[in-house]
Amino acid sequence: MSSMETVDTAGPQRKVEVIEGATVRFAGDSGDGMQVMGAQFSTSSVIHGNDIATLPDFPAEIRAPAGTLAGVSGFQINFSSQEIYTPGDGIDTLFAMNPAALKVNLADLYEGGLLVVNSEAFTDDGLEKAGYKTNPLEDGSLNNYRVVSIPLTRLNRDAVEGLGLDRKAADRCKNFYTLGLAYWIYNRPIEPTVKWIEKKFAGKSDLMEANLRTFRAGWNYGETAELFTSAYHVEKADIQPGVYRKITGNSALVLGVAAASKLSGKDLFYASYPITPASDILHEVSALKNHGMMTFQAEDEIAAICAALGAAFGGSLAVTGTSGPGLALKMEAIGLGIMTELPVIIINVQRGGPSTGLPTKTEQADLLQAWGGRNGESPLAIVAPATPSDCFTMALEACRIALKFMTPVIILSDGYLANGAEPWRIPEVDDLPAIDAPFCTKPNAEDGFNPYTRDERLARPWAVPGTPGLQHRIGGLEKQHITGNVSYDPKNHDFMVKLRQDKIDGIANDIPPLKVFGDESGDLLVLGWGGTYGSITTAVERARKAGKKVSQAHLRYLNPFPKNLGEVLSRFKKVLIPELNLGQLRTLIRAKYLIDAKGLNKVQGRPFQVAEVLEAIDKALED
Amino acid sequence: MALAPQDSKLTVKDYGSSQDVRWCPGCGDYSILAQMKKALANMQLPKENVVFISGIGCSSRFPYYMDTYGMHSIHGRAPAFATGLKTVRPDLHVFVITGDGDALSIGGNHLIHAIRRNVNITILLFNNRIYGLTKGQYSPTSECGKKTKSTPFGSVDNPLHPLLVALGSEAGFVARSVDVHTKHLAETLEAAARHQGTSFVEIYQNCNIFNDGAWEWATDRKIKSDNLIELEHGQPLRFGSNNDKGLRVNSNLELEVVTIGENGVSESDLLVHNSQRKDPALAYMLANMHHPEFPEPVGIFRQVQRPIYDDDVREQVRKAREARPGGDLKSLLHAGETWTVSASN
Repeated sequence: MSSMETVDTAGPQRKVEVIEGATVRFAGDSGDGMQVMGAQFSTSSVIHGNDIATLPDFPAEIRAPAGTLAGVSGFQINFSSQEIYTPGDGIDTLFAMNPAALKVNLADLYEGGLLVVNSEAFTDDGLEKAGYKTNPLEDGSLNNYRVVSIPLTRLNRDAVEGLGLDRKAADRCKNFYTLGLAYWIYNRPIEPTVKWIEKKFAGKSDLMEANLRTFRAGWNYGETAELFTSAYHVEKADIQPGVYRKITGNSALVLGVAAASKLSGKDLFYASYPITPASDILHEVSALKNHGMMTFQAEDEIAAICAALGAAFGGSLAVTGTSGPGLALKMEAIGLGIMTELPVIIINVQRGGPSTGLPTKTEQADLLQAWGGRNGESPLAIVAPATPSDCFTMALEACRIALKFMTPVIILSDGYLANGAEPWRIPEVDDLPAIDAPFCTKPNAEDGFNPYTRDERLARPWAVPGTPGLQHRIGGLEKQHITGNVSYDPKNHDFMVKLRQDKIDGIANDIPPLKVFGDESGDLLVLGWGGTYGSITTAVERARKAGKKVSQAHLRYLNPFPKNLGEVLSRFKKVLIPELNLGQLRTLIRAKYLIDAKGLNKVQGRPFQVAEVLEAIDKALED
Repeated sequence: MALAPQDSKLTVKDYGSSQDVRWCPGCGDYSILAQMKKALANMQLPKENVVFISGIGCSSRFPYYMDTYGMHSIHGRAPAFATGLKTVRPDLHVFVITGDGDALSIGGNHLIHAIRRNVNITILLFNNRIYGLTKGQYSPTSECGKKTKSTPFGSVDNPLHPLLVALGSEAGFVARSVDVHTKHLAETLEAAARHQGTSFVEIYQNCNIFNDGAWEWATDRKIKSDNLIELEHGQPLRFGSNNDKGLRVNSNLELEVVTIGENGVSESDLLVHNSQRKDPALAYMLANMHHPEFPEPVGIFRQVQRPIYDDDVREQVRKAREARPGGDLKSLLHAGETWTVSASN
């Protein structure tokens, strides 16, 4: 938190320090409303005009035992008057609702940082559950921080007194007391949250009133309690004019495929089986029925992809969404999509693996699964968004490629992108790409219809059932070139395998070239893909400011690669590939371009910290 | 579902594709193929509105031999493909072709869920009680003790009964026929195709290579009348070569075989078949009669109307559009909380 200037305001204790930005984390029991607080603080911050990046972090259990380390849920938000790309390495202010939350999160709080705790949660029982032998509020272990200890439970109960709530309902409001205090500290506008509470508790006037009262009481506490030497002000960021909304990666994927449906004139059919962290996509699409979007909650992952392919055969824009283990289950059917050459989009929100792994944590370890996890030679297109809002763009791209090339396309998102939020400038509808996906409606041969003829892109015609005269059969058995009849001819199989590969390779002619940020050549290229964009970008910017000859390129198209990738790689002495896996992109890059790329690899279920990437850059330059 | 006749009448032959049929000579599938074409011609269904979706196995080659739309999908999953297709394309008439291994082993999950949803499709299960395409392993409908390549000492698994699975999933239309009973089969297929909602037909089909004679008791002219009982709605349940046997419900609420004229039994004592009973218990009892203890029923066990999944899905969309019209792309992108950053900021 870099202090820029101090402004004296009217009140004696109301000193406001202007800062560039800050990182705040709310931490407490899962189920205590930490995610709601984080989401509210984020919304208020973007409406205030800051750039933001968020990192929700919650356990896989819905309600782990209260007060335990396993049950701690957190939400981190970085907000700034400057453009930012990550939720921040460390935190400036920590709100810890109980001893367990303090224990889990304290290591990330910068020295001298502000620590706000609920003193009433630091009971013998609470301390024991968190594994504290002595009370950290009293034993001096927090001397390096600015500790503000407040009797939150009592203050909240006082605030809602007289509304007739029972104690349990009253205590459930206390996250809004804390939020009100956080808004005072960082000078956030309260109106968006007031409106949210009014809408959320519409029809439950006692709860609405209680939450509003405690929220305002928390704000007033900051103003009057003289516990804080100053409040902070973060100026609006200088951002491009336009209409904005806050968006998470999952929401952006929903809008992307829905927009593709409208732009292509093809009904959206979204088939999915609930799985963390992809379920929100199903929830959000199912709320879009007034836009004509259809959803199918299938009996399992396999049924979801199969139903999607059935809908694709029928002429819909078919999408299925899942996470790693679900992708594994879908693979045979995706192979059928490759063989039948039907357009289908498979969203994979990657999480920690293998097997059930870390369901709520992020990872990038499904690249090789997506690339080659099927039987036979079975190429398909793979795209990977770089940021939450880029999920919109890449979902549109995935749909465009699928429809244009008649192929399955996998979108590799991840848990970090899925739940992370940022401001998104809503594009003008006229600026969105046209998606032209005509059906074949007339016979294409003298003797009728040949389903495996090819256009100049090697795509086959999409003739949907119900079209007179174009009856044909597709399926998983190898098909004869042009006629589409079953064929066991060895030479035809060889030809068709190569043709399917050529078709996917040809997509490279239809995607943008890879851009280099920084100098076009130099000592080191940091090559990334997917959700690590923010950390890598920040690290490379800092390294360049320090005079290092480092450039960055970020792959959003992973199969095929952009045509100029080999040439870009050749202009740098060294290549560093940071990935949240053990080197999957690196394996592909080394195999294809025969270069000695180095990796920065971490599999902790968390995004890269900027410092980690910076360190790897320094090391790569030294070696 | 378009049932409208076309200008020029379609013949049985018109429904066949140009592909050579490659089932083993003598396979029961030939007869089913022929009766399917006959049923379609009888209904004059436009070829372009018909889709056959199959899984994997001998029976699943079926779509290639029809001049309709078709998809030879993956093992066990045909009901899921059909669900997706039918949900987005109510105008199509969708058939699922499957076998005992395809539907009840690898695809059991999809079968029960398609049926319980009541997707408006027709599922035809060719039951030959053996894995044919993989050259003769026992299947989930093989009788206990079955000796096959994979069970040289006899199988020890209890078999599944397809109709009990369908009824347990609350199928609205449940029927059974036999490959060589051509007239009965064609009529059953047509009735199934005309039903609104999931219709499920089990077809006893002979695999003359790996399980020849599995249904001999149901096909041999000399004995079949004593082993089969033909279900007809509103008719007493009579059977036998002399048509003197029948079924009645005894005081233990069990079905029992009785002979008319013996022990004072007359036709009025016999159970009268009612395929339209809402309660599936009787259909279940009938489906639970197994050779040789009982005659096995053929015909329509159950035929009732239930809410149709694909209709209801589209109805929700229609209502949502009616309630909130004008859902264009701009309104979609701008939904929720937005704010404007102006150039002077």
